Amino acid sequence: MMKTNDVILQSVTKVVVFIILTLAIYLFFSGHDAPGGGFVAGLALASSFVLMLLAFDMETVQKGIPVNFRILGAVGAMFVLIDGVGAVVFGKPFLTQAFKEIEIPFFGPIEISTVTLFETGVSLAVVGVVVTIILSISEDV
Amino acid sequence: MNNIIVFPMVLPLITGVLLIFFTPYIKLQRGFTLFSLIINAIISFIMLQTIQMEGILTLHFGGWLPPFGISFVADSFATLLVLTTNIVSIFCVMYAFFTIGKEREKLYFYPFVLFLIAGVNGSFLTGDLFNLFVTFEVMLLASYALITLGGTKAQLRESIKYITINVVSSSLFLIAIAYLYGVLGTLNLAHLSERIQEVGQTPILTVISLVFLIVFSLKSGLLLYQWLPGSYSKPPTAIAALFGALLTKVGIYALFRTFTLLFYHEQQITHTIIGIMAALTLIGGSIGALAYTNIRQIVSYNVVITVGFILVGLAVMHTSAIEGAVFYMMHDMIVKALLFLLAGSMIYLTKSERMDEMSGLIRNYPALGWMFFIVVLSLTGIPPLSGFLGKVLLGQGAIAAGSYVLLGLSFASGFIVLYSLLRIFMSCFWGETIISEEEEIPLRKGVLFPMSLLVCCTFLLGLGSEAVAVYIVDAAETLMNPSIYIDAVLYNH
Amino acid sequence: METVIIILSGILVTIATYLLLSKNLIKVILGTAVLTHAVHLLIMAMGGFYGSSVPIIGENSEEYADALPQALILTSIVISFAVTAFFLVLAYQVYKRTKTTDLKQLRGFRHE
Repeated sequence: MMKTNDVILQSVTKVVVFIILTLAIYLFFSGHDAPGGGFVAGLALASSFVLMLLAFDMETVQKGIPVNFRILGAVGAMFVLIDGVGAVVFGKPFLTQAFKEIEIPFFGPIEISTVTLFETGVSLAVVGVVVTIILSISEDV
Repeated sequence: MNNIIVFPMVLPLITGVLLIFFTPYIKLQRGFTLFSLIINAIISFIMLQTIQMEGILTLHFGGWLPPFGISFVADSFATLLVLTTNIVSIFCVMYAFFTIGKEREKLYFYPFVLFLIAGVNGSFLTGDLFNLFVTFEVMLLASYALITLGGTKAQLRESIKYITINVVSSSLFLIAIAYLYGVLGTLNLAHLSERIQEVGQTPILTVISLVFLIVFSLKSGLLLYQWLPGSYSKPPTAIAALFGALLTKVGIYALFRTFTLLFYHEQQITHTIIGIMAALTLIGGSIGALAYTNIRQIVSYNVVITVGFILVGLAVMHTSAIEGAVFYMMHDMIVKALLFLLAGSMIYLTKSERMDEMSGLIRNYPALGWMFFIVVLSLTGIPPLSGFLGKVLLGQGAIAAGSYVLLGLSFASGFIVLYSLLRIFMSCFWGETIISEEEEIPLRKGVLFPMSLLVCCTFLLGLGSEAVAVYIVDAAETLMNPSIYIDAVLYNH
Repeated sequence: METVIIILSGILVTIATYLLLSKNLIKVILGTAVLTHAVHLLIMAMGGFYGSSVPIIGENSEEYADALPQALILTSIVISFAVTAFFLVLAYQVYKRTKTTDLKQLRGFRHE
């Protein structure tokens, strides 16, 4: 089979992946009080991985990111469940969230909440699931 | 606030997710699964006791009071089903230890079973219509994975039909939810019930209730059961047993919940239609059970007959009929699991699914034969086995309500169940022994053990029906008086 | 606005029905996807439209959208995403095993 020339795709990917990752992190943190959130961030993250898989082959990506995505998804689901059950440990109804405003020097007041943990779990689970699905379709093409 | 009632759903989820990390360690997976299910059964038993003392238990997630947040509500009806679900799944999983095979065990079999059970328990316990949809989907996604697991050709082929029909019915479910939200502006079951009481069941609500009827009929196999025999007869025995015992019951539960709590004002329309559908299901299921010579098909059609039988209880809508239906549901979960396991074992031992190719099994495997005979008796409703009380109560209710047609059909279907299963018994266990002693595949103790425990369960449920009756009566009372449910959820009585 | 959306969702249901009844497995999967989107539009229409307002009750916002339908749709999108993805993987496996996506050939029972 003739080897296709995908220099352009590969070079563009190298730049664009970082833009997508930045966008994902922006979406993740803006999700607290504005449109955004863990699920969308997870999808954006996953799309960057999928782009990498398209541009390079699977071995290269696996070498660069040595993560088992099934385990990653399970870790995410675990985060979500621990966040839910954590409330039970403190004698509150299941899934109760706590938040606190703390003063950080230089940055000013910042709100810290357990919802962030929940959302982290959601995005990890989404990344894990999406990439696993893509991998299982593309395994032997 | 009773955090305990969320654990029947969350515990299997946590265990399932945890097991994904330990995929290569099969022994560990088995141990964890069994442990988590046993704990779950104990938790649900404690819940059942607490309900008797303190009334219906409710939990509002995240402290958001109803109707704004998601609620979990555990009344006797739901908790009895949760308890039975956990007990039955313990035995099915034990059977799977010895039969499912290493390959499937490494393909996340145990996590998927646990997710399935989480979905089933969640569907029983949820007090919110949309959350019911979500838990349904959790259950269905797990079942999609289980039905394709291992991926033989026939499994893949049947799973296409199963998934398509379920995706379409889920969409219909969402349509019904959307309409209901558009009309009443809430989705909390108790709140819905209260609002329907206030405005009365207007024609548009009756129409919406019929959309719900179609949705849940598709899920439970009431009249719309054509997808059921194919997809329940293809997966491996342990999975088929779980499906046969649990999945249709969730649909039946949803029908009972919606048509006793929400849409009970226009019974001459809705409940009559349910009655007609139940009657047609009984007839259709009976024809199917008589027509086939494939054991798995016959067993699957027996599931259909039971769906019709239980729904007769809802159609009649009389206290003792509801009691009978609840009791029969518990009984049927146990016995159907056992029946599927027995049929699967027979197929495993003879390597054939057709009953004219089996003969004289009782000489090779006497224990199997006698257990099959007990199941036949139990399904037909011979005292002291567990099928008896359910049938009697349901019959009494039907007589009291004067629905003699349904009564006649449901008891006639009992004879057909008896005939179809005795046909299997006589052709497979009696007659000339065709398996010589050298060719005999040994029936392992590990396979017999869970089945004999299930036989014990049907005996215990039959003999101890006096003890169970307390819970059944409470369950039926809550179902017949929606105000108990509403008060418990909305006003914390 | 609600009326337009409901008509649109009706058209989508029509398309989905057509696709679901076709013989090609991939078309059936697309049909289920279109059907769920039609339903999402219906849920949105049932919740009512509130212009461009967001579902957040601020201190000085006079109008706010109903948050519940949006939450329902988001959940439902997640679920339908998972189901469609699973279905596509399944279709691929079926094709790999049987070399066909024609549902007529996947009927399953022999002619007896």
